Amino acid sequence: MYWDSKIETMGGEDLKRLQYRLLKTLVYRLYSFSAFYHRRMEEARVHPDDLKTLSDVTKLPFMFKRDLRDNYPDKLFMATQEELVRYHVSSGTTGKPTVVGYTANDLEEWTVSLARALTSCGLGTKDVIQVSYGYGLFTGGLGLHYGAERIGATVIPTSVGGTERQIELMQDLGATAICCTPSYLLHMGEAAEKMGVSIKKDTKLKVGILGAEPWTAEMRARIQDWLGIKAFDIYGTSELSGPLFTECTEQNGIHIWGDFAYTEIVDPKTGEQVGDGEKGELTMTILKKEALPIVRYRIGDITEMAKGACACGRTHPRITRITGRVDDMLIIRGINVFPSQIEHTLLGIPEVGQHFQIVVDRKHELDTLLVRVEVKPEAFSDKITDLMKLKEMVAHRLGAALSVNADVELAEPGSLPRFEGKAKRVIDRRKM
Amino acid sequence: MEHEKFFIKQISVFSENRPGRLAAIAKAMEDEGINIFAFSIAEADGFGVVRALVNHPDKAYRKLTGLGFVVSFTDVIGVKMRDEPGGLYEVARILGEAGINIEYSYAYSGKEAAVLILRVDNIRSAIEKILAHGGSLMEAAAFR
Repeated sequence: MYWDSKIETMGGEDLKRLQYRLLKTLVYRLYSFSAFYHRRMEEARVHPDDLKTLSDVTKLPFMFKRDLRDNYPDKLFMATQEELVRYHVSSGTTGKPTVVGYTANDLEEWTVSLARALTSCGLGTKDVIQVSYGYGLFTGGLGLHYGAERIGATVIPTSVGGTERQIELMQDLGATAICCTPSYLLHMGEAAEKMGVSIKKDTKLKVGILGAEPWTAEMRARIQDWLGIKAFDIYGTSELSGPLFTECTEQNGIHIWGDFAYTEIVDPKTGEQVGDGEKGELTMTILKKEALPIVRYRIGDITEMAKGACACGRTHPRITRITGRVDDMLIIRGINVFPSQIEHTLLGIPEVGQHFQIVVDRKHELDTLLVRVEVKPEAFSDKITDLMKLKEMVAHRLGAALSVNADVELAEPGSLPRFEGKAKRVIDRRKM
Repeated sequence: MEHEKFFIKQISVFSENRPGRLAAIAKAMEDEGINIFAFSIAEADGFGVVRALVNHPDKAYRKLTGLGFVVSFTDVIGVKMRDEPGGLYEVARILGEAGINIEYSYAYSGKEAAVLILRVDNIRSAIEKILAHGGSLMEAAAFR
């Protein structure tokens, strides 16, 4: 089943011609109307006319997360407030988050991308889809909500949390598919068993659309076997719009719609493109984005282009499972967390020192974040209640800055490791 | 009244709650020839505060901060109790009726009497009330 068979199965050469046409239109528009891109292209000594073929895309300058941060909140936007219909906000690397604006067309493209993707997972009007990604500033919930509605499925917009209620609704409303992080689904499986419910035997669930955090083939096997469902990998980031692409029923790589995005895998050090089947940094150009154009954006995720054609008949390129990051970004319960955000928050709290340690673990399938900080001698009180208040205050400030709960441990000054050169402040004990 | 002569200088040490921390503190005291009169540990989630009355608080402070510990001084009072049933009640009742709050306390049974060490929210008023009710307080000089 295809959502749009004409586009999804179009010949490779036709797809490349379409990509070239879209790229050229995009670059002319940016060069003419975006001060940022105009300057970037001038600096790179490249003019839109230099794009003679699709492979000339390599002449264009890269874009990084810092470009979004430096232009907070909306300096890169190419749409007026009247044209914008929505904002989403994700974590930045330091104090300021990243804001993504959408025009009506941007939302339409996003929805269509997911409609194709969900259809490729075998979902349609007969399905009841439980969306257990967070609704709100995070793109997961609303993105999948509209994608699922578009294919005519029935949506249960549970958002995150309230696990027992989620399981009840899954049973009572006959959910056939769920969208959430793989760890949350495992957590639900555990919670269901405690309630005397077997997801495999007592529910109609048959599909999981799982992502927003790294997972492995082993985890997939465990989920499929234990819960009796097909588990599909989904990919996207807020800068690109949100979750956009999934595997198809072949489970053999994530189809990246070529008319939507031009995908490159580059060597993170040199920026040179690597060959199919070679690992590198995922770099994307979103060809039809209006409000926040994304050109050769270095996402930081490590993957490779899948070789060969997919048996499903779709001709669009595929990437394989994300295997890591080029930077130190952590994903905790589906939320991106940069150690630099933690550092930035702690710098604003004079009671604790600048040294810290991050311990990430997984308990009952849920990620836990522990931040160890040193108590400054001036902040020491010999009353336990004062120290507990300090601990809670730090936890509260971190929670507010990171959008994810953090436990705090008070350590003696000088007890946390010091680093010369590159700091290794993160201990990740999660076993995927 | 000279309240200050009843102010006993307690040292408080911040300590992570893990094996060997108390030994490190105690070793430092031994190295300096410091005697510990009274001592308590208050524990919380992952950390604790070690509180002690010692014969050379300033020396103890220098030694422990030199080792990287966070140390502070706190003024506490030491109330002599009758070492028999009702001794604690007598002291607690005086403070309770006077509306003085005990922030923390620990006790030791010394050579001359049982002593209750108290950190209170109003140390001057506590001293006055205890003396007015015929109670007796340790003088700071006794801890040198």
